Amino acid sequence: MAIVIDKSQRWRIFAAHAFLIVLCAIVIFPLLMVVSISLRPGNFAAGSLIPKSISLDHWRFALGLPVTGPDGRVTQPDLPVLLWLWNSVKVATLSATVAVLLSTTAAYAFARLKFARKKAALTGLMLMQMFPTVLALVAIHSIFSRIGHAFPAIGVNSHWSLVLAYSGGIALHIWIIKGFYESIPPEIEEAATVDGATPWQAFWRVLLPMALPILMVVFLLAFIGAVNEYPVASILLHSQDRLTMAVGAKQFLYAQHYLWGDFAAAAILSGLPVSVVFILAQRWMISGLTSGANKG
Amino acid sequence: MPKALKRFLLPAVILALGLAGLYVITLVYAMGESLLAAVMLATLACFVWIYTTQKAYVYRYLFPGIGAALIFVVFPMLYTVRIGFTNYSSKNLLNFKRATQYLLEETYRADGSTFNSEVVPDGGKWRIRLEDADSGAAFLTGAVALEPTEQTVTLQAAPTSTPVPDGAMSLRDLIERQDALKNLVVVMPSGTHVRMTGLHEFAPQRLQYTRNPDGSLTNNQDQSVLRPNFKTGFYETADGEQVQPGFQVDIGWQNYTQIFTDASLREPFGRIFLWTVVFSALSVLFCTSLGMVLAVLLSWDSLRFKGLYRLLLFLPYAIPSFISILVFKGLFNQNTGEINLVLHGLFGLSPTWFSDPFLARTMLLIVNTWLGFPYMMVVCMGLIKAIPNDLYEASAVAGAGPITNFFRITMPLVIRPLTPLLIASFAFNFNNLVLVNLLTGGLPDFLNTSVPAGTTDLLATYTYRIAFQDSGQKFGLAAAISTVVFLMVAAIALIQIRATRISQDDKG
Repeated sequence: MAIVIDKSQRWRIFAAHAFLIVLCAIVIFPLLMVVSISLRPGNFAAGSLIPKSISLDHWRFALGLPVTGPDGRVTQPDLPVLLWLWNSVKVATLSATVAVLLSTTAAYAFARLKFARKKAALTGLMLMQMFPTVLALVAIHSIFSRIGHAFPAIGVNSHWSLVLAYSGGIALHIWIIKGFYESIPPEIEEAATVDGATPWQAFWRVLLPMALPILMVVFLLAFIGAVNEYPVASILLHSQDRLTMAVGAKQFLYAQHYLWGDFAAAAILSGLPVSVVFILAQRWMISGLTSGANKG
Repeated sequence: MPKALKRFLLPAVILALGLAGLYVITLVYAMGESLLAAVMLATLACFVWIYTTQKAYVYRYLFPGIGAALIFVVFPMLYTVRIGFTNYSSKNLLNFKRATQYLLEETYRADGSTFNSEVVPDGGKWRIRLEDADSGAAFLTGAVALEPTEQTVTLQAAPTSTPVPDGAMSLRDLIERQDALKNLVVVMPSGTHVRMTGLHEFAPQRLQYTRNPDGSLTNNQDQSVLRPNFKTGFYETADGEQVQPGFQVDIGWQNYTQIFTDASLREPFGRIFLWTVVFSALSVLFCTSLGMVLAVLLSWDSLRFKGLYRLLLFLPYAIPSFISILVFKGLFNQNTGEINLVLHGLFGLSPTWFSDPFLARTMLLIVNTWLGFPYMMVVCMGLIKAIPNDLYEASAVAGAGPITNFFRITMPLVIRPLTPLLIASFAFNFNNLVLVNLLTGGLPDFLNTSVPAGTTDLLATYTYRIAFQDSGQKFGLAAAISTVVFLMVAAIALIQIRATRISQDDKG
């Protein structure tokens, strides 16, 4: 490296560290605060970052266990945190599965098969991605309430309605998988075709097993996306026992019913796994994509 | 699998699915959901054609994914535009057929004596014992199972002289079986029809309206006539009084004229639009400048602990945004929030973050910068890596410092490929419903508006509130506003595509 080193270098390094440390502190302050708040007794108590007395009441609340109040009364938590988490996991698993199934075949057609207006279709997919779902909420609500008249099981306030509503947002997934397929040399499938395999067999038996890592990445991305999705879930789900965590969480912070400490515990409980998976998947995604490129 | 079986298996499955689909579609059509039935029929036709025709082989791979995208992404957008031309709202929720149906099922209490009723057991079934409230004459109906049902059940009553037997249905059971009991019509020996009007009472009831051949409804109580008005979407009496429930009708451009000419709507719309643009632009500016500075620092070879810094600074991006936004909502709380505790302790300040418009907007920008800078940081780090090192070597020979390097080399080289992402980020924040909805909910509100509108509302949250929160679920109006926003987003998308093309041309 040929960066000129002069006397001011040490000061600059010092300044950079100071700046980065302050910024890291700003980033981490809310997170540490939440941990501290979840361990403090009471929902309104103020205090320092390191709590003076530790209480596990908020964690008991988040886990759905009965809580003994200061006056000795035992109360059952009124917000079903674990049920909401389960709903989130259920919807996310289903919609991630659907997303992988739908996008992996479509990506194959885009990467390998020839058809008219392929380029236009790809541009269309990209354009579609630019228009946010948020703008079509009225129509989505109306469509699912209409479907609900005929089939209540997939109408408004059902988990299937969410899975269906999410199933259309696969443009990005198609792009990712298509990129991966294109990094695999077509000669491998051609060899299979020469041996008498149909295009479907070449896809199913040859290409797909090689694409497993990228399918896992897409699955995780779709899973995290569905767990974090708020707008569509907030209009399609109504009853308390159907809500996903993303919709239910705001009920902790209503002015009339302010459960700050309980929220902190629930937030860690639901946020931590997703964040860890996200950080891991992020690394894996980069390595998954490059390992695909190396094969070619 | 034997070859012959294999050859016929696929067509057989498709045939079975096709027939099952047709059956379901017929059911849906019979329920009056003709649009849904049409969409399903089109989907089914595509399905059968694609999976039976060899020519359509490629589409067998595309159909599931593209079909889902068309039905659940493209169709809702087109349907939004369609709803924008109707009066669809909580007052005009039903379609014409259902609204008429609703009115035709209305009943009123007709003249005639009322009967005290008891439900008495008979084997596994039940009989209704009716006693004329005036004369005391008693009647007993045939046996009925009282299973939950949607249909009306007609029973014949005959005079009886036996007193009320033991085991008459308790109040609790009566309430539980109310739905089945309400569907009973008892024909008295005199020929009058009576229905349940109270838990222990049957009385003559008649349908409120009769439909006339010309589509108008005659009120059986006072013989007035209701006519459907397809301009307003209501059944109306002769002097124009509207009868609930209304039904959906096309009202042309009325929603749009309302947005752009009605002062109580136009003014908040303009102000919200302005704030939406300012919010998106400032969000992009803050996130990008912070992200880029950090990327430069973290690409600096002489700096240690880069991995640790990177991981910590990346955290806000990894945490689900609905959680971090709500965490900030609690931290910014005026009275108990930790941020005000710190500010009060250090400077004696306690800003009213949620009730002062300027502070609320500032808070939104602070939180959005916290959420958004890691993405820009990661992207910029990737772009900086691609800058060839000899540029910096040359500038070092020329004696340039780090500031010159940044403004003369790094920034010009990074900003070009970054432009499409900046526009995408602008478009994202333009519709950042989650942040505003969860943090401020659009509050504090403007005064003097016909529809609640907030000083921190973005166009997207404004529509969300019109459609799904306060103010009577004006779906039609909300869809019209959404359509206007669609056009704005389309304009941004066009700019983005051009910018992408330019930055790609640069590379190639």
